Formats: sequence, C-alpha cells, structure tokens
Amino acid sequence: MSALISTSAMSQTSVFDLPSYVQSSYLGLIRTQLVVSLGATLAGLVIALPLGQLCSRLPKLYPATLGVVTLIYAIPSIALFVLLIDITGTSETTVFIPLTLYTLAILVPGVVDGIRSVPRNVLDAADGMGYGRVRRYLAVELPIALPTLMAAIRVAAVSSLSLMSIGATIGNFGGFGDLFLLGLKFFDNRLIWLGLISLLVLSVLCDLLLRGVQRLLTPWARSLRSFG
Amino acid sequence: MNLLTYLRQFFENPAYRSGYDSIWNRLIEHCEYSLIALLIAAAIALPLAVLSGHSGRGDGTISAVAVVGRAMPSLGLLVLLAAELSLSLSVTMIPLVLLGIPPILLYTHAGIRAVDPAAVDAARGLGMTPWQTVRQVEIPAALPLILAGLRGAAVQIVATATLAAVVSFGGFGRYIIDGLYQYDYAQVVGGAVLVAALSLLTLFVFWLLDRLFVSPGLRAR
Repeated sequence: MSALISTSAMSQTSVFDLPSYVQSSYLGLIRTQLVVSLGATLAGLVIALPLGQLCSRLPKLYPATLGVVTLIYAIPSIALFVLLIDITGTSETTVFIPLTLYTLAILVPGVVDGIRSVPRNVLDAADGMGYGRVRRYLAVELPIALPTLMAAIRVAAVSSLSLMSIGATIGNFGGFGDLFLLGLKFFDNRLIWLGLISLLVLSVLCDLLLRGVQRLLTPWARSLRSFG
Repeated sequence: MNLLTYLRQFFENPAYRSGYDSIWNRLIEHCEYSLIALLIAAAIALPLAVLSGHSGRGDGTISAVAVVGRAMPSLGLLVLLAAELSLSLSVTMIPLVLLGIPPILLYTHAGIRAVDPAAVDAARGLGMTPWQTVRQVEIPAALPLILAGLRGAAVQIVATATLAAVVSFGGFGRYIIDGLYQYDYAQVVGGAVLVAALSLLTLFVFWLLDRLFVSPGLRAR
C-alpha cells in the first residue's frame, strides 16, 4: 500500500509528467503543436507567395481573392475540421488543411502589401542593371517586402498555434488543446492550466524566433531599431 | 457526395424540426450568445477606441492588444473559466467578449486616426464642440473601418459561440459536440453546415450595413 502511494507520488513529481489518459508525452504535444501549426503557416506561405504576386500583377484579381480568403476565414474552424473528417479521416491532415486555409487570410494581404511597398524606381534600377525576372524577385523584391511579409507570417504562425487547439474536439489533434478537453473531462484543472501556459509560452517563443529570423534576413535594418 | 447524404439525413430528421433540439431553438441560442457578447464587447471597446483615436494616443497599447487577441486560445480560456469558476452562461460569455474586443479596438482606433485632418479642422472652424466633431465628422468618416472591426468581432464571436457546447451550453455547437460523442456523423455535418452558414450570414449582414449606412461619398474612392 505504502509502496503504491509512493510510486504514484513519484510519478507526479514533475508537472510535465502527464496522466496516462493524455496518450502523449509533453514533448509529443510540443512536436504535434509545432509540426502542424508551423507546417500550416509554411504551406500557407507557399500558396500565398505566388498568389500574392499574381494579385499584384493583376490588380483586378486582388479584391476577388481577398473576398474568397475572407469568406474562408469566416467559416468556424470546428465546422471545417468536422466536415473534413469525411475526406481525410481523424488525422493531423484534417487539422492541417483548415489551418493552412486560414493563414491565407493573413498571408495574402501581407504578400501583396509587401510587394506594393517596393518602390517602382528600385525595380527599374534592377532592370537597368540587367537583372532577370527571377533574380530581381529573389534579390530585390523579396528582401524589400520582407519586413511586411514577416509581420504577416508572425501573426499567421501565432494564430495557427492557438487555433489548432480546437482540433482537440475531433480527437487528439489539438496539440496542447488536448489538455483543455481532457482536463475538463477528468476534472484535472492542473492539466488545463498546463496546456494554456505551455501554449502561451510556445507562442511567445515562436514569435521571438521569427523576429530573430527576420533580423538575420534583413541585416541592413538592424541599425533601425524601431520596426517590428 | 457523402457529405450531401449526411446533410439530407440531418435535415430530414424530425427530431430537429421542433422542440428543444430543433434547429430554430439552437439558432436562437446561438444568436443570443453571439449578440450579447458582441454588444458587451462593443460597449467596452467602441468608446475607448473613439477616445484614443480622437486624442491620438495609445497606438502602441492597441496594437499590442490586437496581437494578444490573435494569439488568445479561446477554447483553453473557455474551458479554464468553466472549470475554475462555474458552468454558468455569464462565465462562458467572458472569452467571447474578450475575443470581440481587439478587432473593434484596432479598427475603430485606426479609422478615427485616419480621418482627414482637414475635415476635423473645418469642423472646428465651423465652431463645433469636440463632441460634435466626434459625432458628426469623425465617426461617420470612420464608419467603414468601425463596421469592419465590428464585423471581425462578430464573425469571431459567432464561430467561438459554437464552443459553448463544449461546456454544456446550446447553440449550433450542440449538434457538433453531441454528434461526435454519439458517433452520429449526420448530426455533426448538419451542425457544421449550419454554423458555417450563420458565419457567412454575419458577413453578409455587415456588408448590408456598410451599403446602408456608409456615406456614398466615402465609397466613391
């Protein structure tokens, strides 16, 4: 009896030791959370970059695109998650796809605003120096658009991290969100607190990391302390 | 194809036609939660943002609040408050209201700030008091952005009111949560489609409000 108590006491020594009904370790939750949320942000970026480029080339296309992404963003995540169960089953993909679509509402305007922030004469100068389309895009347009773009990426990443918790409603696909529902189900408030605090800390860390990436990618802006 | 079959099953089921679990009843519940939360959020955020926009102060604070709003895990907050405080509707309203405040603050503040200073000067030159300037010049000129903020808040609140079902309350979320627990996928699909439709309807209502109330002079640009 005493041995039983002492082992159960020992298993509770760390706040990061999760009860067995969580079906995932703390590190496992961090992994799911990061892979799905940041993966969705990255996938959104892969779609938003060409789409934004297209919209800034064809200005008539932009309001329509913006309308579509706003409509998608208005659809509640829980609705998209459960409707997708029919197609992709209960899996990480089911959470991943809506998150990707939602990031578009943030990233597409970010890309377009970024591209529009590139002065016309800078592009002309690049053309005059004999830059090709691709080189001009990579070496001139993208770096100048980067601060605006990175601001959008940071918002998209952080909002994906928190939106993902709603994936807990369709099974164990909400990252730290799983802890919210399991804590509620098993009357373990400690678990809810742990999930919420972990999620906030992770969001802040991701934001700091992306700010760091931005600083590395835009060395010329380092003297200007004010942006970001 | 499959989804359509489920959807037909849901809408043909007489259980959702009348009584406590009827679509009509759930719609009223959902709208009730959303409207109350939106009204409280607007009552808090609108005066603050008009004041800060008019005085031109608080830019930093408001953009910080906007970031916090985006990062806020509404489900976590909802569950935490329910578990720590009580399973009451007023506690459930707290995250909904908190979710609605940032967009209203951000857009209204930006809208008032962006009003043409020449128009404000002209109003002052005409002898308008600061209150008259706010009411007759700044608010009408900022109306498109004020409505955009309210729209953002409303859409977020309608979406999140679905989660009230997680902590035992009604609304369209009831169908989704109950359906998931009962392995009744038709019910889940029905709830999801209803809540998505209500969100899109909310967007449409604000589009209409914009058409009706924004001065045509502002739209011509």
